[in-house]
Amino acid sequence: MTLHDRQKNLTEIVAGNTGLPAKVDVVAQVMSQTRLSADVCKLVLQAPSIALRSQPGQFVQVGLQQGGTLLRRPLGLAEVDNRQGNISLIYRIVGKGTDALSNLREGAVVKVLGPLGHGFSKETQKPLLVGGGMGLSPLLYCAKWLSAHNIKVDVLMGGRTAEELFWQRLFATCTDNIYLTTDDGSLGLKGFVTDLLPQILTKSDYDKVMVCGPEIMMKNVYKVCREKIVPCEVSLERRMGCGLGACLSCSIDTLSGRRKVCKDGPVFPAEEVFF
Amino acid sequence: MKKFERLHTNLLGIEMNAPVLTASGTFGFGEEFADFVDLSLLGGVMVKGTTLKPRRGNEGVRITETAGGAGMLNCIGLENPGVDIFLSETLPRIEKHGMNVIVNISGSTVEEYGILAQKLDVPGVAALELNVSCPNVKEGGIVFGTDPAAAADVVKEAKAHTSKPVIIKLSPNVTDIVQMAKAVEAAGADAISLINTLMGMEIDIERRRPVLGNITGGLSGPCVKPVALRMVYQVSRAVNVPIIGMGGISCWQDAVQFFLAGADAIAVGTANFADPAVTMKICEGLDKYLESHGLKNIAELVDGLEE
Repeated sequence: MTLHDRQKNLTEIVAGNTGLPAKVDVVAQVMSQTRLSADVCKLVLQAPSIALRSQPGQFVQVGLQQGGTLLRRPLGLAEVDNRQGNISLIYRIVGKGTDALSNLREGAVVKVLGPLGHGFSKETQKPLLVGGGMGLSPLLYCAKWLSAHNIKVDVLMGGRTAEELFWQRLFATCTDNIYLTTDDGSLGLKGFVTDLLPQILTKSDYDKVMVCGPEIMMKNVYKVCREKIVPCEVSLERRMGCGLGACLSCSIDTLSGRRKVCKDGPVFPAEEVFF
Repeated sequence: MKKFERLHTNLLGIEMNAPVLTASGTFGFGEEFADFVDLSLLGGVMVKGTTLKPRRGNEGVRITETAGGAGMLNCIGLENPGVDIFLSETLPRIEKHGMNVIVNISGSTVEEYGILAQKLDVPGVAALELNVSCPNVKEGGIVFGTDPAAAADVVKEAKAHTSKPVIIKLSPNVTDIVQMAKAVEAAGADAISLINTLMGMEIDIERRRPVLGNITGGLSGPCVKPVALRMVYQVSRAVNVPIIGMGGISCWQDAVQFFLAGADAIAVGTANFADPAVTMKICEGLDKYLESHGLKNIAELVDGLEE
């Protein structure tokens, strides 16, 4: 089967020849593309075989059929709708790959490899999600999954400005309490998520904190969690080539030696990677 | 007999279902791609470059795409667990996939190639590929890859310490690739892999810094294919040992060009990142090409260029 054959066939084609592979490479049709802010887009793709296999915190490698890119782009799963067979990706336009992706319209097709990596552990009854910027994307899937499993979720989100916290309305339907901070004070508390975190952790007895955002933010959140003795999981971001653990572009140091963010992560216990 | 009957090949005494291999550093240890590729259908997997001691590789950004998606620069820096872990953990684990395992080895001295060759002279290893041309490590590599006498010494040392076929992967970063090929053939190399990556760099103009952590890196992908093809063409006319052609092969049409230029087998590298099942598609495409051209075996295509 060549790529050309795939383009003709808009229904999903599962690659490989094993019985039930953990991950698949499919040609997915764009269902919708919407702008959430000046430079953030939401892409909804019809990809039932990926939706079926996905767990919160996992990601996919998106490949454009045209548009001058060679490598795929790793994007976290922001929503998974198994009833419709759709997955949503929320991404910021940061370079030529994401720019080309943002130009796709309903009916276009992309290659989607996934789901990849290990997601958040689900052993929690009272989780707090902490996100900054685009880190809120995988946390959205996490919140929706937990909420669908009758687990109440609180979220603490930080952004530079109120405009960046359009996330608030996306999380509204699947969370109990939403705490907000902005760098400029235009929404919520003026400051960083770590300014608000100690009092939130003191007020409620969370059994897990799940974090995704800029690395410095995740490190500081972990510091607070360590003081308050609350288990903390972080989702890391690195440049990736293959997404399968082969190219070693995303190798990091962990307590248990060298690990690959794409395969062993992207979610790690915080103490494994911040030491 | 498995699939792709027209592609069956015996290279260096190794039975290959198809003369389509995967290039070292782009396919891990094979197992990472098992969801997408029947590894036993490949001619072999040239596993991640292995060194005597573990290596953590380079710091900072390790991969970047080049303009227009024409290629990729990498400076991984031979991160690997070391030969002892490879032998005790990796090799026993990947055996179940039934693939030919070709171990790519890198030494920082001539003697290290001998030690590595000896350690890897074990069942489960089909052949060795000497990496004398990694552009991303400071010691060793590049010197052995650009000096014909040094490359010949490395081949002799490896050959003296193993019963396995010894393939040497040559660097394109030389003035005269034919001179390098003749030198390693005379030293006893059983086959030649052509080509490793071309040394290159990219600069971030806003930060005024090199994009890659190691400043320079190895260029691969579709943009290097004409260079690789030219070198396979030149070398195949100058030596008698088999050539494994590689460098930017992304589809079966690319592969056909390499066989016509004189390659006895081909390896796929960077294209595995864009499409993890690309090797299977290349096998299917080659098989159909042979059928439509009335050829019974891929060997009839090798060196079939009309001049």
